[in-house]
Formats: sequence, structure tokens, C-alpha cells
Amino acid sequence: MTGTHEHESVYDGLLGSDDSQWAFGTDFEDPLAGIDTTVPDGVDPHDLARYCLMLGDDALVMSQRLSQWCSRAPDLEEDIALANIALDLLGQARLLLARAAAADPALVPALPEGSPVPPEDALAFFRGDRDFCNVRLVEAENGDFGRTMARLVVFSAWRLALLQRLRGSRDTVLAAVAAKGVKEMTYHRDYAARWFLTLARGTAESRSRVEAGLRATWPLVTELFEAHPVEARVSEAGVGVDPGVVRTEVDVVLDEVLTASGLGRPDVNPLARVRGENGRHGLHTEAFSRLLAEMQVVARAHPSGSW
Amino acid sequence: MAVRVRDPELPMLTLEDLGVLREVQVVGGCVIVTLTPTYSGCPALATMRDDVVHRLHNHGFHEVEVRISLDPPWSSDDITPRGRRALEEHGISAPGPAPDSSGPVPLSLLPTQRVVTCPRCGAREATLTSEFGATACKALYRCTQCLEPFEHVKEI
Repeated sequence: MTGTHEHESVYDGLLGSDDSQWAFGTDFEDPLAGIDTTVPDGVDPHDLARYCLMLGDDALVMSQRLSQWCSRAPDLEEDIALANIALDLLGQARLLLARAAAADPALVPALPEGSPVPPEDALAFFRGDRDFCNVRLVEAENGDFGRTMARLVVFSAWRLALLQRLRGSRDTVLAAVAAKGVKEMTYHRDYAARWFLTLARGTAESRSRVEAGLRATWPLVTELFEAHPVEARVSEAGVGVDPGVVRTEVDVVLDEVLTASGLGRPDVNPLARVRGENGRHGLHTEAFSRLLAEMQVVARAHPSGSW
Repeated sequence: MAVRVRDPELPMLTLEDLGVLREVQVVGGCVIVTLTPTYSGCPALATMRDDVVHRLHNHGFHEVEVRISLDPPWSSDDITPRGRRALEEHGISAPGPAPDSSGPVPLSLLPTQRVVTCPRCGAREATLTSEFGATACKALYRCTQCLEPFEHVKEI
């Protein structure tokens, strides 16, 4: 971070006379530069923006959780794999939050005049927990590697199914983000499913870990398929997907993984709503507040910072 | 000029070789360059944009606008034949045909089967070390003949 704009770059000394490697890509740029972000006819811009926030927050929070494995994974290959998956999801989140801001700028938190923070970052770093509308599945603690894989296989199977349908959205930006995401989620789902299988059919210890991980994850599954009124309306308007419609195909995928693993569906009750609300309504668990505090603290300390 | 800008993470490739340079137009005195990201979170996109602007400025084009295109999404099939040769020459295995992702995506519980040729010794036997390499677009392999590790650009 530089205090003044005319500050000399610390990289200057590295460049020598080689002008070809001058840029280090630290500037912000609009991830939707030049893309037509007109809201399709018959769609409430506020609903479209809220829907983009839901999908964007799911990706952002899952990305943040997976990033916590960085330097802590069982071996280097898994460390890199989890960081790559987190990066894909962060990219999806950035596009979706930018799309939300373009559809309804009123959702973007106000920052001090002259702040260089772009809208998608303002949404990520300057909203309080009640304004986040991710499902509670993504905010739960990572636990061990077995639990992380159990959660990731559920999350990526669900998100892949949603994005596949979302490719047909009448909103061309959402359709394009979804088409790109499908390719990425395919790798994520296969990665998590293979690890789930490997752990379940490995040693007694690895099997007990992944089984416990599945049991800890399962109460958060029901919420994935419950449509919030915004999701129901955008689905009706042909720009979004009602998550209820993907339940069967996600079940088929998860049953395939479980059958191959020799495990059954855990017999546990879903995590209850609170006063009728769940993650989509901004109702979150304690773990989320801690995650958010860590994710936002530096940005909030420097609302006019230039990075 | 824009076509000669190189990818920051695969510098043996130009943006054209990689297939991320979608269009270059001159409207009035302004050069409009359209790029597409490889992966949603590709951190190289900002550098590519800066490199394009810098290169064009250096060649006297002062008004430059870089636009992003997301549709259709980038595919490894967009890497040109020249790009594929450049990858192989630099020890990176080029991607095979991208899978068709238009219909339902089948779950694959076994490691991805690819016919991969070791770019160092030419052996056609290699084991997959990881589907995720040093950058989002590459997988890691190890040749079972010469035992050297190498990278493979993933099919997407």
C-alpha cells in the first residue's frame, strides 16, 4: 500500500532496462469492462442484484474458507489444489458481485468520498454479516481435511447443477458467468468426490474422519434447496434458478459418491431456521462472524487505501 | 502490436496464441482491444490488460480501451496450433480436445484419463500428480520413463 500516488514502486529496481515486464497487475480494473449490463425486460433490478449477491456470497465465503488451508494442507499438491479452487471461486464471486453492483448500485455500501475501492470490493469488505446472503453450508468451520472434502463435494455438486441451468439465463452476464463456472466446478466436484472416495475406502482412521465430516455437513444440506422469495421471483422471470429444481440431480450425484464409498446418508436433522430465516435471509452462525472479521479487518481499517 | 503481447504466466505464448485476444478495433483514434479471461479468477488478466495498454502506448496509440468478453467462455481449444507448438517446445504438454460441457456433466470418480506425451523424452506414459498445478490452467504429471515432472495445460 502506498501513502502517496507519486511514490516510487519497490519493483523499479527489479526492472533494469527490461521494459517488457513493467507491469505487475496490481491496478483495479472493472471485471465487466465493456460488457452490456442492461437489466433484461420484466426483471426487477433489485431482485437481480440480490440474486447475484446470493450466488456471489456463496462463492466468496467458500473461497475464504478454502483459502484457510493455504500452507496447512496434508501435502503440497493438495495445498495448491485447494488454493486453485479457492481462486476460481473468488473469480466467480468478483464477477457476480460486480454484476450485482451494476444491476442495483444502491446495494453497494457508501465509502468516504474519493475512495478507490471498486464496487465489488465494497460489497465484499464493507457489508455487515446480516447483509450477506450465502447459505450457511459455506461458512461452517473447515474442520479436518475429511470434513473439508465432505463439504466441498456437496457444495460443488450443488453449485455445478445450479450453474448448468443458469447458462440459460435471460441475463446475458449471468449466463456467461455460469457457462465459465460450469467448466471450473466440474474439476472441483471431481476433485472432492475422488478424495471423498479415497478417504472412505482408505484406512479405518481416514474413513472415520470423512464419515464424521459428512455427518457434520449434512444438517446444512436441506437449506441448499429451499428457495428464498428472491430466487423464486428471478426464476419466474427467467434470469435465475429455483434451487429446488436441482435437488434430484444433486441427490443422484451424491448417492453415486456415497454408494462407491460404502457410506449412507447420515440420519441427522437439518439445521433449524431462526425466526423463519436462514443464510439467504442474512441469518448466519457464529463461525461466520469470525470469518468475516478476519476477511474484512484490513480493508475496513483503510477505506480509502490504494493497494 | 497487441498480438505480440505475451502471456504473463506462459511467456512462450502471445495473447493471440493463447486465444484470449478476441478482437482489436480502431474506432476514431481509439484502439479497442477485447480480451477474455481463461479462468474466472485468472490473476493474469489485469497484467495482460496493462501490458496491452503499455505496448500500444509505446507504439504511439495513446487512446486505448480494453474490454472484457465472457461469452463464449474461453476454451483450451482456443489455443492456436502455433501456441501448442510453443508450449511443447518449452516443456509444457498441450491440452487435448476440450470436453463437451453443453449437456449434463458426468461425475468422474477415477483420475482423468488423458493421452499425455512427456515433453522432455517423448514417452507416452505419465502419471497424474495433481489436477491443479502452479497456475489454475495446468495439471501436474510425472513421466514414468524419464521420471521428470511436467505440466499439462488442462482441457476446459
